[in-house]
Amino acid sequence: MSLSQPEFQVFINGRALQVPAHCNVAASLQRAGLSHSRRSETGQPRAAFCGMGQCQECRVRIDGHDHRLACMTLVVDGMQIETQT
Amino acid sequence: MSSTSQRKAQHLQADILIIGAGPAGIAALLPLLEAGRRVIWVEQSAQAGGQIWRAGLPAHWRAQVEAALSHPSLQCCFGHAVIDAHIEATDQAVSLRLYQPAHPNRVPVQVQAPQLLLATGGRERFLPFPGWTLPGITGAGGLQALVKQGWPIEGQRVVLAGSGPLLLAAADTVRQAGGQILLIAEQASRASLLRFAAGLPATKAAQAAGLAWRLRGIPYRSGTWVQSASGDGRLQSIQLSTGRATWALDCDALGLGFGLLPNTELAQMLGCQLTDDGAIAVDAGMATNLPGVFAAGECTGIGGVDKSVVEGSLAAQSMLGRAGASRSRRGALKFADLLQRRFSSRPEVLKLADISTTICRCEDVSLGQLKAHSDWREAKLQTRCGMGACQGRICGPICESLLGWPAQQNRGLRTPLQAAPLHLLAED
Ligand code: FES
Repeated sequence: MSLSQPEFQVFINGRALQVPAHCNVAASLQRAGLSHSRRSETGQPRAAFCGMGQCQECRVRIDGHDHRLACMTLVVDGMQIETQT
Repeated sequence: MSSTSQRKAQHLQADILIIGAGPAGIAALLPLLEAGRRVIWVEQSAQAGGQIWRAGLPAHWRAQVEAALSHPSLQCCFGHAVIDAHIEATDQAVSLRLYQPAHPNRVPVQVQAPQLLLATGGRERFLPFPGWTLPGITGAGGLQALVKQGWPIEGQRVVLAGSGPLLLAAADTVRQAGGQILLIAEQASRASLLRFAAGLPATKAAQAAGLAWRLRGIPYRSGTWVQSASGDGRLQSIQLSTGRATWALDCDALGLGFGLLPNTELAQMLGCQLTDDGAIAVDAGMATNLPGVFAAGECTGIGGVDKSVVEGSLAAQSMLGRAGASRSRRGALKFADLLQRRFSSRPEVLKLADISTTICRCEDVSLGQLKAHSDWREAKLQTRCGMGACQGRICGPICESLLGWPAQQNRGLRTPLQAAPLHLLAED
């Protein structure tokens, strides 16, 4: 990765993280070391599965909006992302 | 819900709507613009290419698509998902409601045209086994897509398992991004693979050889499948089987894929007929059973990029009222048939799920709970299987494979087709 590649700062559960500008939100969560993005009905940890907007397993809260698909959403500078812990 | 002026949808009209900007959508668009048609082009991603050309269009399409994007007769709705669809009773025009998942506060867009092309592509087929919902397990194509968008795979130990050529393509992407491929496990037998290779047309055989060369040194096992996965909160280990032997392998990521399935949700919502295989039924000119509605590409049956391109241009000719040459389509269909036969699932992989294995990931419904019911309708009412956020996109085909329920016919799709804020559906 070249140093000149633009980076964005996003906030994941309040913590700042620098990510390359081409990242989607699902990738940013992994880069933050979070293995899961949500809890299932019975409390099991779940993370991005289909990677293409079908399974809805990657849903997170972004900038105050619930149920946004992490795999279909590109990061923007200053984005606030919240997962179910 | 009362509509406010702020919520009023933006209305757009054209001669033709194209849904999907993958190979089929691209191949259809160019001749339609050239013939002077006004087109609205809808795509959920931010750019053209579809899943297959996600990293960028091949050179000879790139210039053409770039030119098309600034064509005065084209209105692009990229980054838009279809959430509702109907055919107007008065003039039979197709009317779709779109919203922007990345900007849920923006007003919805209502698009309308007398003709529609569905180029909605395909998605991966999954077959569950104990532990398949653990984080760290993704679709094989899904993993490929995620890696291309920054999913950190460098130094990770990765296994790809399931069936079909997509496993190799995914392995190639992962390897280039610095992942360590421990194994590609292909459930089809060696004999079946040899027959597949022997049946390939020359161009495809050359591509396959190129890929094999890039992947040399990576362990590849036919007749092998993942039996179960385990880990504490995330994937740590998988159990592999050949039917005769089983063994464990520690890994950080597992990409699964058992071939592709056509995306037919929008078609079903409009009332298009499906084939027995769950694809959109089309005639030789790519027309569906609904007047003015056409379909092309993976959504009419899985067959790869060549079939999509051929069908896209064939559909465009039909929409322009011209007869297209369907000879090249027959060649593409032959490859589709070869794929289907040589990578069909062996009976063992259909029996991996046990009664406590989760089938419906949205509502946490197990195979045992589903087996208490005789069909989709009853299972849905009693267990909420298929009623969750994915609307049966993942569990529907699984129930079809494991329980023999004809999922495609009875899923009963609801609006919104994609999770979207409800206010976007308010009447204008
Ligand atoms: S990972 Fe399946 S919808 Fe995002």
